[in-house]
Amino acid sequence: MSRAGDQDPLEVHIKRKTYRRVSGDDLQVLGDIALAVASGEVAALIGPSGCGKTTLLRIIVGLDVDFEGTVRLPAHGRLGVVFQEPRLLPWRTVEENVRLAAPLASDAVLDGLFGTLGLAAHRSHYPGELSVGLARRVALARAFAVEPELLVLDEPFVSLDAELATRLRGELAELVSRRPVTTLLVSHDVDEVIGLADRIFLLSGSPARLLTTMPIQNPRSARTEAEVAAIRDELSRKANTARA
Amino acid sequence: MNAALRLGSIALLLAIWFLGSRLAGPRLLPDPQTVGLAMVAEARSGALAFNLGVTLARVAAAFAIAMVLGTMLGLAMGRRRTVDRIGDPWLVLLLNLPALVIIVLAYIWAGLTETAALAAVVLNKLPLATVTVREGARALDRNLEEMARVFRMSRWKRFRHVMLPQLSPYLAAASRSGLSLVWKIVLIVELLGRPNGVGFEIGTAFELFDVTKIMAYALAFVAVMLAIETFVVQPFERYVSRWRPRPS
Ligand SMILES: Nc1ncnc2c1ncn2[C@@H]1O[C@H](COP(=O)(O)OP(=O)(O)OP(=O)(O)O)[C@@H](O)[C@H]1O
Ligand SMILES: [Mg+2]
Repeated sequence: MSRAGDQDPLEVHIKRKTYRRVSGDDLQVLGDIALAVASGEVAALIGPSGCGKTTLLRIIVGLDVDFEGTVRLPAHGRLGVVFQEPRLLPWRTVEENVRLAAPLASDAVLDGLFGTLGLAAHRSHYPGELSVGLARRVALARAFAVEPELLVLDEPFVSLDAELATRLRGELAELVSRRPVTTLLVSHDVDEVIGLADRIFLLSGSPARLLTTMPIQNPRSARTEAEVAAIRDELSRKANTARA
Repeated sequence: MNAALRLGSIALLLAIWFLGSRLAGPRLLPDPQTVGLAMVAEARSGALAFNLGVTLARVAAAFAIAMVLGTMLGLAMGRRRTVDRIGDPWLVLLLNLPALVIIVLAYIWAGLTETAALAAVVLNKLPLATVTVREGARALDRNLEEMARVFRMSRWKRFRHVMLPQLSPYLAAASRSGLSLVWKIVLIVELLGRPNGVGFEIGTAFELFDVTKIMAYALAFVAVMLAIETFVVQPFERYVSRWRPRPS
């Protein structure tokens, strides 16, 4: 299924994004941000809490069109989005939630996804009956089921206990290895993404600007402890320089 | 337990009715048995079924039209600020016009016709349905709508699976209050300008001071509405709220 390489990259050029405050004055949230994610690549977007990461994602997926700049989506721009909250339809079962978003997904694909994400026993449950961790996984399954050209995840592991977060990260890694998809993963935690991403974008505090782009050469499975530690040091040095 | 309480409550009502009839005399308040026999007599002649049917058809038509229009208007007003600004004064006007004024004007302007009768009932119900659905539309979850948009759900899917379930408590509330309001107004409309129906029969009985017949028709109709509430409205509500975790 994967045709990595023969599809367009994701290209984002943002000059400026401001919000109109309730009080009437403008708040600039995003400054100059230019980033590109190659086809099939997993990119992570890291920045301090409240810097504008969700805002940037909303612009990329087309939910916010009130900004200066351009966004080019890969190919047909079929999107899989995992929002910061699960955003499931409470009145539909787990399976219906996934099928409504992905009407073309075959039974085999769904069986595979539910199996990988440990949801097989919960297909006929309603979201109100799920724990937060399970609901997050349903949101992941829904985003994968559409076989997206661009997968966007907004802090999908936040507020989960460390063990569960690690397991979900592993599941995500497995899914993107099995079917490579251009992915943009948002986080405010370097450690969270360092074993997952092929490329890391570091954003400054608000208004967010792109501080640095850091490609990671080795594939996920072949990264050594030392390499990961080096990347972490480099990123924190860059972040600190920006703060100073 | 619940059924026993309900039955007990109905028995108490019948007892009070019976006592009241003893006190006031059978001319002013006939006892339950007399009213029951009158119902049977009306049913035998076929008049009861005919008049109930005619009235029920008017209730159903007016209710359906008012609910569909009210839902559309309420959605438009709840989701578009300009539409709300334009529609709101009309709504306030209709809400505050007495039902009788609307009915009389409808008959004067459109004649004593079925259309005028239905239009009068619809105009009475419409603003209430609109206001209730508008409340529901304002409370729609934007997050879910965004989710539906990024996953490219079709318009129909978004309506059927995202919006409608959120609106259903408001639609149920509008139906509940709507059904009882509509049938009360249909009766007045029939009394004032229709040659048949429960309202017309009650009007004739009023002229003859036939309290038994008035009560027979009123009770028969209440029974029908109760049956609709129990066998249609409540199961429907249970169905649309099946996903809600039960309170423990
Ligand atoms: N609709 C809005 N109107 C005005 N200001 C907003 C709006 N949405 C977000 N903001 C502001 O924009 C800034 C960036 O918000 P955003 O949600 O993009 O941050 P974030 O990086 O995703 O934060 P977090 O890590 O906490 O999720 C914040 O200061 C926030 O207060
Ligand atoms: Mg955010």
